[in-house]
Amino acid sequence: MRTPSFSFQVLWTRLAIYLVLIAFALYFLMPIYVMVITGLKPYTDVSVDRMWQLPRGLYLDSFAEAWGRVAPNFGNSVVITVPSAIISSFIGSLNGYIFSKWRFRGSNTIFLLFLVGMFLPYQGVLIPLVQTLQAFGLYGKLTGLIFIHCIFGIPITALMFRSYYQGIPDELTDAAKIDGCGFFGIYQYILLPIAAPAFAVVLLWQFTTIWNDFIIGIIVLSNPNLAPINVAVQNLAGSFTTEWNIQMAGAFIAALPTIVVYLLLGKLFMRGLLAGSLKG
Amino acid sequence: MASAQTRLSQAAARKRKWHINRDLLLAIVVLTPSIIAVAVFIYSFIGWTFWISTVNWNDALPDYTFVGLKNWLTIFKGTRFQTDLRNLVMYATGFMTQCIVIGFLLAALLDQRIRGEAIFRTIYIFPFAVSAIVTGVAWRWLMRPDTGLNLLLEQVGLGFLKSRWFSDPTWGMLFITIASSWQFTGYIMALYLAGLRGIPGEIKEAAQMDGCNTWNLYRHVIIPMVAPVTFTAIVLTGMGAIRLFDIVAAMSGSGQAFSTDTLAFHMFEQTFTANRFSISAVLGAFMIILSAFLVIPYLRSVRREIY
Repeated sequence: MRTPSFSFQVLWTRLAIYLVLIAFALYFLMPIYVMVITGLKPYTDVSVDRMWQLPRGLYLDSFAEAWGRVAPNFGNSVVITVPSAIISSFIGSLNGYIFSKWRFRGSNTIFLLFLVGMFLPYQGVLIPLVQTLQAFGLYGKLTGLIFIHCIFGIPITALMFRSYYQGIPDELTDAAKIDGCGFFGIYQYILLPIAAPAFAVVLLWQFTTIWNDFIIGIIVLSNPNLAPINVAVQNLAGSFTTEWNIQMAGAFIAALPTIVVYLLLGKLFMRGLLAGSLKG
Repeated sequence: MASAQTRLSQAAARKRKWHINRDLLLAIVVLTPSIIAVAVFIYSFIGWTFWISTVNWNDALPDYTFVGLKNWLTIFKGTRFQTDLRNLVMYATGFMTQCIVIGFLLAALLDQRIRGEAIFRTIYIFPFAVSAIVTGVAWRWLMRPDTGLNLLLEQVGLGFLKSRWFSDPTWGMLFITIASSWQFTGYIMALYLAGLRGIPGEIKEAAQMDGCNTWNLYRHVIIPMVAPVTFTAIVLTGMGAIRLFDIVAAMSGSGQAFSTDTLAFHMFEQTFTANRFSISAVLGAFMIILSAFLVIPYLRSVRREIY
């Protein structure tokens, strides 16, 4: 039998745990709260001593102004992100299929050499990258940026699809091989129909990564009219130094697509996080 | 498999074998463009960067005269590079500690059959969906000396904690890690949570039956069991520290007397502002060497899972 003091102790512990969890939840929400309320205030109301207070009314002009500034870049980001995410997922689905179901001598080594690319600091290849893109006339073009995102997506997408296909028993694909199913036949009739969850995870991961990219965007696209949204948000800070309402509204617009996708598909996002670290 | 083979005539077996070989060849052909892309855009470019670091290309016009380690010595002697290294150590210490300690703490607490666990988890991880630029812009506003966090601290009676945050000429870099950990801790928490869920309940029960208290359970059983996650977390946060660029660009730039400068930021300015390509290639190559210290142990651990 448990003594009353013991259950009190349990109660206090539970209470303390919830308090810590709630405190951290508030902490993680704080920057978004400040971003949204500042974006909803008019410039005259963005005073430093009322930073934490709610706006006096619903005021959307800062968002309208910020949107007017970043809308073309938002469009650029859509044009860059959607094809890059789709193409690199497709490439990854084929590479992952080969690395898991068509092993040949050296294929594991090649896979390991691919993985190095996941950790590459882009600064280490920046100069050759610019020189090469210039040589092929792709420098400063959206197609050049899409091309680069697809290439740098090869390691992570191959890893994610490989992990997924590993879970499909080899007996299934071996039986198909015996039945005369070829390389593309197995891919098309056996793996593709059940690969929808993997595609969703990889697409989501690539969408988030490419949408949030800043460094490759400023390296490849020097023209601010072609810049993706995160570069535009950074430039916004330069042209509206004191108008924090516009800066915050612009930042929130830039963050919105990935936040919405995350809230809608949180489970898949979690799986992407785990697959992306390989130890999932 | 064996019974299937006996049922086939030898001719059919030969035909099937030929098919598999042909298909294996097809697989290699399909993989080839990716192999070429990785070989060119990753491996040859790394080599190319090292080569440029040994030539004399330090203005807009290319000059491929070999100068050996001259650029490397120029960089190593420079105070900006030395400050960058100091900043890297400070940043890595602050960033890794926060992400790993808070990440593990939150995962361990969430693992206690918490009501509303999904809501907490969603809130903790969502900053990872926010870009580093947006994170930097928001935290630059929060860390303004005349408002933001300072105002909040004053209002709750903790005014003595007021700070210049990232504008502090000595500790500025440490305050940048607050912003970047805000973004990254949720990821590390998710890794730890998955690791904790993988520990069988019997192990915890057995330890508790043996009179192990909570502290000792974590100290001697659980923390050693999630060591692989800690290793992954160290690699991921360490890589983040080496290539730190976006958040600094959005928050402070290189700061007063380079107090928040980073290797990546330094390299970027040498390339696009100063056009000193060989000098900046030294910085790029140096970053590659630093990351090798994390990537190679990581690949060795991964190799065991692959083969």
